[in-house]
Amino acid sequence: MSLLQATAVRKAFGGVVALDGCSITVEKGSLTGLIGPNGSGKTTLFNVMTGYEAVDDGEVAFDGKRITNAAPERVFQLGIGRTFQLTRIFPRLTVLENMHVAAQRQGLGGLFGRWSSSKEHARALELLEFVGLTRLEDVPARNLSYGQKKLLEFAYVLVAEPQVILLDEPAGGVNPTMIRYLTERIRALNELGVTFLMVEHNMEFVMGLCDRVVVMNHGVTIADGEPEAVRNDPRVLEAYLGA
Amino acid sequence: MKVLRPASLLVLLALAVTFPLLFPNPAVEQVAVLTLMFAAAVTAWNAFSGYSGYISIGHAAYFGIGSYAVAILCQDWHVPGGWLPFLLLPLAGLIAVVFAIPMGWVALRTRRHTFVIVTIAMFFIMQLMAYNLRSVTNGSRGMSLPIPVHWSGAFYDIPFYYVGLAVLLLALLVSWWIRNSKYGLGLLAIRDDEDRARGLGVRTGPFKLTAFVTAAFFFGMVGGLHAYFVESIFPSFAFDPLNDLMVALMAFLGGLGTLAGPVLGAVILVPAQQYFTIEFGKPGFYLMIYGAMFLAIILLLPQGIIPALRARFQRSEALAGPLRGADADGAGGAALAGDGEAERGGGPA
Repeated sequence: MSLLQATAVRKAFGGVVALDGCSITVEKGSLTGLIGPNGSGKTTLFNVMTGYEAVDDGEVAFDGKRITNAAPERVFQLGIGRTFQLTRIFPRLTVLENMHVAAQRQGLGGLFGRWSSSKEHARALELLEFVGLTRLEDVPARNLSYGQKKLLEFAYVLVAEPQVILLDEPAGGVNPTMIRYLTERIRALNELGVTFLMVEHNMEFVMGLCDRVVVMNHGVTIADGEPEAVRNDPRVLEAYLGA
Repeated sequence: MKVLRPASLLVLLALAVTFPLLFPNPAVEQVAVLTLMFAAAVTAWNAFSGYSGYISIGHAAYFGIGSYAVAILCQDWHVPGGWLPFLLLPLAGLIAVVFAIPMGWVALRTRRHTFVIVTIAMFFIMQLMAYNLRSVTNGSRGMSLPIPVHWSGAFYDIPFYYVGLAVLLLALLVSWWIRNSKYGLGLLAIRDDEDRARGLGVRTGPFKLTAFVTAAFFFGMVGGLHAYFVESIFPSFAFDPLNDLMVALMAFLGGLGTLAGPVLGAVILVPAQQYFTIEFGKPGFYLMIYGAMFLAIILLLPQGIIPALRARFQRSEALAGPLRGADADGAGGAALAGDGEAERGGGPA
């Protein structure tokens, strides 16, 4: 069953067509990889699916509901979390405060309460433990290393218990130990039922982790299937090698 | 709050309450009243601009609106001098809110420098209206407020002092609550990365507007109090661009985004301002001195006094023992990167 779906999405920035009738389907419970040469529209596709950019044409649907051009806060509340290629954490807030920004509360009453309830605090610590940042909870987030920032961003997206998480280059600029660690965490979450869609240039990472790979080029998806099949697809080789 | 423990806070409060008894000199009292008014305004301004990062150089417009609100209400309702006009202050605040909602809604569609310019423009529009809506404001001839004839000589400043102190305490309470609430955390997240905050479910629009409007409420109250204190108002003084600059300067000096910083900034700069105005008022030298002060603060203390002190305090702590959590186990393993010195822009004082 498809959980997240974009249908014939078009998005142009002035004369540059970033998405040219792009369609993608993310199956529930899958680990889907999204690859393609630089400038093929992967990040733009992420942006239109999470409400950061408005589409010019086409539709985005989540769990059967139309969410085309919904505001980012609404998309997040529905259960779609995302991380950014260049991590976006809150640099002047502590690691723990970063975690609490994403903790959702219902109604106005929640806003009047202290930012950390004991239940939320326990949950935040649990997730920091999960990504191995527990001991840094009181450190301003800007003092973290690049890899730690990626883990923090990953952890605070988890606070809201999203059904699907979009990762934009989770392994980019991160050392091999961290990549193995991240792979493990993603697998563990996937077993709990979380769906993943990830953009990544590290082929080893994608081919080893994903059960399905979608390839984009020039704003459209050109191939879609199991990692092995996609790897040997002549259209994919052409897109990458320009043969 | 970690530095100022409850005991020392109580001492400060006791000092503030007994101040008029300790210094009965009317000249000192007058400066103290002005200091309290500014401290309240800066505290409220900081709860919006300091927390959210949206620097408003136009909130003095709501000060002016509050001034005129009290003047007009006293005139229309024939309110006599005495305690009664103080009761109008919350109403003056609410009238400022009525103006602030649409103005904030428009201004907050812009960001950063554009926002600053829009707030300045709105301030001058309000000043022009005070000059030109003569049927309401009496134009440049100004308005008089009721004079509390029974409060003579040395007693005159006392009621203003305690009402000012009450408004300041209320502003501090609101600022403290915001800083510790989920709402305040959302504002701080907006300051650091507004789009990211939206992407994590923070409803940035309503958050920013309520903070903007809350600050306007306090400016309205303080403006009304100030108008009653000085007994007459004119467009150029009720809507004084200098107030906009002084408020920002005080917050920057004390520490933007901290709880105690704005009060500290007001306690230093209001007496300094009064002194400079008296000493160098005639040829307008005092304006140049403000400019020099502004440059000095930005160059020497860009973060303000409180964060600078806190950084020093933490540095000495860090030297005494290893920095907490410097070695992360598991995942990254990398120690604290780059600027390891913990300077926390937004923490409470």
